[in-house]
Amino acid sequence: MAFALLGLAGVLALGLAAGTRLAPADMTYNNGAEVSTLDPATVSGVPEGRVLKAIFEGLCVKDPRTLEPLPGVAEAWELSADRRTYTFHLRADARWSNGDPVTAQDFLFSWRRFLHPATAAEYAYQLWYVRGGEQYTLLDDALEYVDGEEGPLWFQELAPGRVRVGFAGPELEVLAGGRTLRVDARDGERVARGTALCRYPFGVDEQGVYLPCDATVLRVNPALSREVDEVLADPCGAQWLAELEVDPAALAELRAAGRLLPGARYRREVVEPHLLGLSAPDARTLVVALKAPTPYFLQIVAFYPLFPVNRRNLDEARERWPGDWELRWMRPENLVTNGPYRIEFRRVNDRIRLRKSETYWDAANVAFDSIDVLAVDHLGTSLNLYLTGALDWIDRPITNVIPRLMPREDFDPQPYLGSYFYRFNTTRPPFDDPRVRRALSLAVDRRAIVEKITKAGERAAWGLAPPGMGAYPTVETAHARSGDVAADLATDVAEARRLLAEAGFGPGGAEFPTFEILYNTDQTHKDIAEVVASEWKQHLGLNVKLLNQEWKVYLDSQKNKDYDVCRSAWIGDYADPNTFLDMWVTDGDNNRTGWSNARYDELIRQAAAESDEAARLAQFVEAEGLLLEELPILPLYYYSTRNLVNPRLGGFHANVLDEHFPKFWYWKSDAELARDRAALPPGTVLVDAPGPAAGKYAPAARTEDR
Amino acid sequence: MLRFLLRRALWFAVTLWVVVTVSFFLMRGVRGGPFDGERALNPAIERNIAARYHLDWPLWKQYLQYVGPLNLDEHGPRFLGGDGSELLTGITTGDFGPSFKYRDFSVNDVIGQSLPISVSLGFIALAWALLLGLSSGIASALWRGSRTDVTLRLAATAGIALPNFTVAGFLVIGFVFLVPLLPVAGYGTWRHLVLPGFALGAPFAAYISRLTRTGMLEVLSHDYIRTAHAKGLPPRIVLLRHAIKGGLLPVISYLGPATAGILTGSLVIERIFAIPGTGSHFVNSALNRDYTLAMGVTILYTVLVYGLNTLVDLAYTLLDPRIELEQS
Repeated sequence: MAFALLGLAGVLALGLAAGTRLAPADMTYNNGAEVSTLDPATVSGVPEGRVLKAIFEGLCVKDPRTLEPLPGVAEAWELSADRRTYTFHLRADARWSNGDPVTAQDFLFSWRRFLHPATAAEYAYQLWYVRGGEQYTLLDDALEYVDGEEGPLWFQELAPGRVRVGFAGPELEVLAGGRTLRVDARDGERVARGTALCRYPFGVDEQGVYLPCDATVLRVNPALSREVDEVLADPCGAQWLAELEVDPAALAELRAAGRLLPGARYRREVVEPHLLGLSAPDARTLVVALKAPTPYFLQIVAFYPLFPVNRRNLDEARERWPGDWELRWMRPENLVTNGPYRIEFRRVNDRIRLRKSETYWDAANVAFDSIDVLAVDHLGTSLNLYLTGALDWIDRPITNVIPRLMPREDFDPQPYLGSYFYRFNTTRPPFDDPRVRRALSLAVDRRAIVEKITKAGERAAWGLAPPGMGAYPTVETAHARSGDVAADLATDVAEARRLLAEAGFGPGGAEFPTFEILYNTDQTHKDIAEVVASEWKQHLGLNVKLLNQEWKVYLDSQKNKDYDVCRSAWIGDYADPNTFLDMWVTDGDNNRTGWSNARYDELIRQAAAESDEAARLAQFVEAEGLLLEELPILPLYYYSTRNLVNPRLGGFHANVLDEHFPKFWYWKSDAELARDRAALPPGTVLVDAPGPAAGKYAPAARTEDR
Repeated sequence: MLRFLLRRALWFAVTLWVVVTVSFFLMRGVRGGPFDGERALNPAIERNIAARYHLDWPLWKQYLQYVGPLNLDEHGPRFLGGDGSELLTGITTGDFGPSFKYRDFSVNDVIGQSLPISVSLGFIALAWALLLGLSSGIASALWRGSRTDVTLRLAATAGIALPNFTVAGFLVIGFVFLVPLLPVAGYGTWRHLVLPGFALGAPFAAYISRLTRTGMLEVLSHDYIRTAHAKGLPPRIVLLRHAIKGGLLPVISYLGPATAGILTGSLVIERIFAIPGTGSHFVNSALNRDYTLAMGVTILYTVLVYGLNTLVDLAYTLLDPRIELEQS
């Protein structure tokens, strides 16, 4: 009986396995994880970005070497003289995979959808550079707006007869720039219809906010700021104006008369046409008005959350499958895309098969017919697959083997815009004392970490923003830099001891309390924490414990500032210092150290509005200087890329964001491979470069120009 | 028989309800949420996301919505999709909801895609386990005390002691790098399933071997076997027709949990060999705080274990008429 079962099992298993057979793709790479979604509006991760760059195309694409913007769906663009308005001219031959032309309206729709709160886009703030974008995302549909001449106001009925009112933010946008409010209303006061609750200067005149019905002021918001700019930062949230008692009948009357607009309608009819800085004068022109000059805006335009989606595709899916259209729409057979590749097949945790899109405007220059994107998360397995020729690119070999990979031609670590650092909890003594933080920072030998642990050419860091961001210089915290490594360390340690003593610890002072380094479960983080702890013990005599937490718990601890010192890292979204520095403003969502510095906040705010590029960079330099003087963080090293790439893969270039673009990939011919190999430094170990015969997948247009 | 099945069904419902309830609240009690990431979200954006997935509701309401069958969301599916007309929802309608992590898939999709893969891997593993386990166990019992017996028992002990990922490592070194016969990992053809199937089945083979040996030895000492021999039946017939039936009882009772274990306990093997099965979801869904998927695979595991154990109890009566279902 058992043997009969056995036979049956075999047949069944083989039958199941054979049912899903796929021919090998032209090129295969490991993405490291399953993508969470392919809806450009709602993703926020590197693996997702890699696939999206293959299947969608934004207004701009990036040069694979320099990351400079190249024409994508837009064939040209202009920037206005005040550097606040971009006009994009879309190419005539851009097509969706269903044959529709890609129009400016597609971008309008997609970007509005991206900003809309119902889309719940994690990256929505990337479009808040557009005028009105932030208010558009933050509007609450439960709010109602007064439609009339009396003034920009929103209502929210907390209970029958009890309403909260506030400014309808976007209306106030025109007022920004250092104006102050004068609040007239008093707690308990009875105000008649048409009375101003508050006033503000408007040109040479004064404008007021008037009530559309009689009311009693229950209380004025005690947290209301008198600065219009601060009110505008959160007009529909914490910066409400007052709570009122209103006759429910009066409110019902207003509503019946159409004077109170529900939030969604207000968004559509008021915010969008007048205040959201997006417009499409014709099908091939998109005009984008920015809040402030944003030198890196084209990089954002090429960023995957801003890729367009096909409106007809969404509408049809919504109509056909009302209950679960969001899932159905994403199925390979339903999804309409506009990039060089389309999705042919997808299996969770296994692979995404990309197929060359014939409707793509530049299809003649797309080399591969198919690409397989694997989701192998085990680093050892991923390396084994690469070594047996099953993969052409992996981005993370196991750290242990890196010394053995270093001499190989297919492993060439390059500077990467990422920073590894420790956060100090500055709300917890003794880390609230900058001298203590400086001392701890000085007593760490960063060289030991990059040479003995990370090993792939990472650079010791004394600052946060890594080198490689155009004209922005590397800013460093004060430390000895004579060039003699041992002597420098000794000087730094002596200074650290002095600082600790000054802060009241060490010989003759208080005993430094035992504290913990928090890190998320990972061998490299553990190794680094051990080195740091042992150096603090050795140089400063501190007792340090290690605390490891599972990823989500660690994030939670960090968010709630439930730690002493905690391992952190930051990868730049775009090549501009802003991506590393704007997070440290007071109560910034990613600050998580409790550090606050008014001058720093001021500098970051100025830089965001600064139109002179040199002045802007100077503001960032001063800001980073402040950050590194007070050191709420302890910089450790700047990242390196760790790509292991089949030497035959052409069009794949190292760049500071470690971004790679399937559109440009092709197989090198034997001749081109030999030419590239001749240029390698002596001593480089050559490896197998599996691939098709001479240039089979290099389109005619690019065989010779490289 | 019918009464037995009915009673089982009733207990199954109770068990399932307890499992669902306990794991729902355990899952929500753990720190960290499905949308926490390295980069903190703007609080307003975070609110939008929470609202979309009903995470802003009180826990009891989320629980009722999850279990169903009544849709408690007055707006219907609140956002761009749906017109609010759905009256029924929740797991009682067979809808396990959208996965929070794999957002293009429902939990039903994820399980539907991965379970057949785990099942085919599991069958291969079980086939290996039975083939090796039964034959070595029977051989051990027949030639008890001989050198063969000692060797096989040693191998079985090693098989139980070695974790399957160690076995997997040896297999990869041997059959991929030293003798390049099979692919190192991945999924697509039958060749991809040979090594993981073997590695997954190895500990079970070892255990089955020991159970078979013990069971056979016990049966072989019984009077009816001596009678069979005395009647002059050839040893082959005695073994295959008389001894095996009783000797395999312990193996059969082990097969239920073993099958469930193989089907769902393959997470390490699936990870090492990059097999897109269900196993990896057991751990990853919990790590990702993918509430719905974690619940889905927990329920799946409950159903599997319960169902397979019931089958084993039924199989008992077929093999040994002395066992009555009512007592079990």
